[in-house]
Amino acid sequence: MSDITKQSLTELIENIKNKKLSSTDVTKAFIDRSEKSEELNAYITNDFTSALDKAKKFDQKPNLDLKLPGIPMAVKDLFCTKNIKTTAGSKILNNFVPTYESTVTENIWNEGAILLGKLNCDEFAMGSSNETSFFGNVQSPIDKNLVPGGSSGGSASAVAGQLTPVTIGTDTGGSIRQPASFTGTVGLKPTYGSCSRYGIVAFASSLDQAGPMAQNVRDCALLQEVISSYDPKDSTSINFKRNHYSKELTNNIKGKKIGIPKEYRVDGMPKEIEDLWQKGIQYIKDCGAETIDISLPNTSYALPTYYIVAPAEASSNLARYDGVKYGFRAKGENLIDMYEKTRSEGFGAEVQRRIMIGTYVLSSGYYDAYYLKAQKVRKLIKNDFDEAYKKVDAILTPSTPSSAFKIGEKTNDPVSMYLNDIFTVPVNLAGLPGISIPAGHDSKGYPLGLQIIGKAFDEQNILNIAYAMEEKINFKNKITDWWIK
Amino acid sequence: MSIDLKTIKHISKLARISVDEQRAEKLAGDLNSIFDFIEKLNELKTDSVEPLTSIAETTLKLRSDEVKSKNIREQIIKNSPQDNEDYFVVPKVIE
Amino acid sequence: MSKKDSEYLINRKDNQYEVVIGLEVHAQVLSKSKLFSTSATKFGAEPNTQVSLVDAAFPGMLPVINEFCVKQAIKTGIGLSAKINNRSVFDRKNYFYADLPQGYQISQFKDPIVGEGKVILDMPNGQKEVGIERLHLEQDAGKSIHDLDPQNTFVDLNRSGVALMEIVSKPDLRSPDEVNAYIKKLRSIMRYLGTCDGNMQEGSLRADVNVSVRPKGSKEFGTRCEIKNVNSIKFMQMAIEYEANRQVDLIEEGKTIDQETRLFDTKKNETRSMRSKEDAHDYRYFPDPDLLPLEVSEKFIEELKNDIPELPDDKKKRFIEEFKLSSYEANILVSDIDTAKYFEEVVAKMGKNKDIKLAVNWITGELFAVLNSKGLEISQSPVSAKNFAILINLIKNGTISGKIAKTVFELMIDGDKDPQTIVEEKGLKQQSDPKALEALIDKIINDNREKAIEYKQGKEKLFGFFVGQAMKASGGKANPQLINEILKKKL
Repeated sequence: MSDITKQSLTELIENIKNKKLSSTDVTKAFIDRSEKSEELNAYITNDFTSALDKAKKFDQKPNLDLKLPGIPMAVKDLFCTKNIKTTAGSKILNNFVPTYESTVTENIWNEGAILLGKLNCDEFAMGSSNETSFFGNVQSPIDKNLVPGGSSGGSASAVAGQLTPVTIGTDTGGSIRQPASFTGTVGLKPTYGSCSRYGIVAFASSLDQAGPMAQNVRDCALLQEVISSYDPKDSTSINFKRNHYSKELTNNIKGKKIGIPKEYRVDGMPKEIEDLWQKGIQYIKDCGAETIDISLPNTSYALPTYYIVAPAEASSNLARYDGVKYGFRAKGENLIDMYEKTRSEGFGAEVQRRIMIGTYVLSSGYYDAYYLKAQKVRKLIKNDFDEAYKKVDAILTPSTPSSAFKIGEKTNDPVSMYLNDIFTVPVNLAGLPGISIPAGHDSKGYPLGLQIIGKAFDEQNILNIAYAMEEKINFKNKITDWWIK
Repeated sequence: MSIDLKTIKHISKLARISVDEQRAEKLAGDLNSIFDFIEKLNELKTDSVEPLTSIAETTLKLRSDEVKSKNIREQIIKNSPQDNEDYFVVPKVIE
Repeated sequence: MSKKDSEYLINRKDNQYEVVIGLEVHAQVLSKSKLFSTSATKFGAEPNTQVSLVDAAFPGMLPVINEFCVKQAIKTGIGLSAKINNRSVFDRKNYFYADLPQGYQISQFKDPIVGEGKVILDMPNGQKEVGIERLHLEQDAGKSIHDLDPQNTFVDLNRSGVALMEIVSKPDLRSPDEVNAYIKKLRSIMRYLGTCDGNMQEGSLRADVNVSVRPKGSKEFGTRCEIKNVNSIKFMQMAIEYEANRQVDLIEEGKTIDQETRLFDTKKNETRSMRSKEDAHDYRYFPDPDLLPLEVSEKFIEELKNDIPELPDDKKKRFIEEFKLSSYEANILVSDIDTAKYFEEVVAKMGKNKDIKLAVNWITGELFAVLNSKGLEISQSPVSAKNFAILINLIKNGTISGKIAKTVFELMIDGDKDPQTIVEEKGLKQQSDPKALEALIDKIINDNREKAIEYKQGKEKLFGFFVGQAMKASGGKANPQLINEILKKKL
């Protein structure tokens, strides 16, 4: 079967369960395609040899009751994987081999999946284009020299380019949804506390969430079902009743009330984004749901708030990378000299920039003006959503204010790069679930996404809405395999 | 507001990241444009707003006092840049 | 320096200065595992053998709080008559150091678990109340070892993450003696509660000492210096004495005192500036986003209150009332929980016809002397409370004399022997048969006629000679009271 890699996760599982395909067939197919796809630079580390061994082992004694029986999968290199190098896209962790496994990946392997390798990402997940990775930028399967988005750029590229059936990324300010939107794939950022953060290299602890990225909503729902679990090892993990998202998936969203927030109509937003949004509203109505105009008055303050909170937490989270216990160490005359050289040489420019911002906003005399202020505004932003959810069940917005841009286009202007996340960041600040689904193309033929934001713990509802819309939209990703010679 | 080179130097000391003059100037420029954009928050009156302390709507769970972690010295030291069986080793600390 | 009416003042020419001291005591919480990880906390383990991935701050590792440590902090707060806060917050204190793997210490800054409280000190001139500002929970750091290698510093993270209680006093202390009393009292309270073992040699109790001086009578505080991490009461006292005099000298010379952190050099007996490492003071505290606010219900606190044992102040009061002890005696017995326990067990074992005063004298006299000479704690006493009580009863009921008791006690030390058995085996029972004693005394008088005559002629001193002879002849077993009576009659 030459078209194995074109199959969705759901199809692959079905074929493995029906014995039409073996895990070895599937794993081999994805390895072959991954090997032909080096130009995408989606992988930092591959584990193909042992993946194949594991697939063979699985086939000898297949456990078909598992949710991901013998399914190969590559994951973002922000998840610590036991005995497999984990770099977070940084030089400072260039040689780091964890002796432990993140809870989220553990959940995946426990359901029968097999690790293909570790996917490229922006350094410490700080970036919106995958250009800050120490291991080089990632190419989008959509077009040559196009960014796949970030920070889960390798993940988005690998799913869109069919190097892995599905994957997981992390989303701190849009790092799953924005690259999903840029590559015509589906990406879900779960409610804060839904997926354990244990074993995930931290960027901003109060915002980070792992989530699934897939070709379609059903695959996404299934993977979410696998990765979401209550974990006593993470004090912010929440013990709530988790659905069987894929089993309970329905396209019946009749009578649902969907909010359309006027503040997401931002200055300078291209007309094609506005048009896409209007189309989305029409799809919602076609599905028998109702749209209601709502207001999220503090939306425009979300991005400035984010650029205080996230760097502040990051500046502290990244203090552990000091050349003492693991990772890169530069030579130094004494301890302090060693620290300063290690961190100067080990971190890239964007990471250093954010550490500096974070250090500044927490420093003596500025805490109240910046960090405390941001935490207050964050409360207002959360209140906006709470208020809106008294009237609506979910909210529909564009995923990004533009389609994907060219590599190098925004690297010299941090603020214009940050503006990429303008629609996704409020969701992280409020701890809510949000999903991006592909909804159309721009004039250049690049994918555009729509975002559905849900109430806390209401992943099922936004998955259902996404599922219903997906049917109406009938999106076809234009993958030309341009990188395969 | 304006972040000058002296401030950059001060922050880089706190953050333990050495920056040379050239980098410092670039950083000052970047940070100034970022903070111009952050200053937008000053439009908002927040005197009566309680700051958000945690986004997770739950209370802190407490674990029982049990020793579960064994001696994993080998694992712990394995990744350290300077080899020693028993200790982490760093260049001499000067007070 | 003068200590008039036990007031501690520093004198220079015509000026008198008062010393103002506040302490930040770091007390290691007694718990099996660490504050945010499940590693062991045992003292003296091989380097880096009690270190988990969390303690060494591996990527993606997260803190999960130990309930027992929270309870220990609350119990200590109750013992300090302090306000327990239903909601407290853990903050990150950010700084770089080799033995601080996370690059920050998890501590409590704005909202500590315990608020204001107090400690009562028994000073020679009466009681003194010292205010407690707050108590909070925090992680200990690891240990840097500088002397194993000329080029390198070695780091042991066994202690990294162990729970500490930082107990901050108000600036209410005025002399090295008060500091001594304060630390001992804190230690005593925590040992009663079982929340800290108070072992200063092992570093379970250390303190940062804030010292300032001001002209006597002034209401304003002077500029203070903080002397970091002093680990014995003696050093604290020496450091305070040095530092207070240094500050007074500066003032007398018309110079100003810089608010700074100083280090006490125990070899040179002086404090010196830690050169306020430029930026090191900017700790950039902010709430730890890996943890949520800690909430404890009233019910949770009430349950812990019910669990609080009788504390030294109450015990002392009871000892004075119930056993008619002096305040001084009661203090000695209650200051350490193990002494109090021993004493109470002795009292219980002595039964109905007990002589508590005698027991107290023997504990503070003979027993303490033996412990001292052997370098033992009372919890390791070679003589059990049960046998000790039997011995006291043997004295009380006249079976043996106090002098013989000392011999018996010596014999008891080796193997905690039953004093009753010793008395019987060695035939040490007191001779109280008047007839036998009369015969014995007759013989002595007969043998020492001349002396007897001298005595009758008025040389009364010789009475002692006859007592001595009688005791000697009886092998020390004669009842001394009876000997006296008979001698008086016969001579």
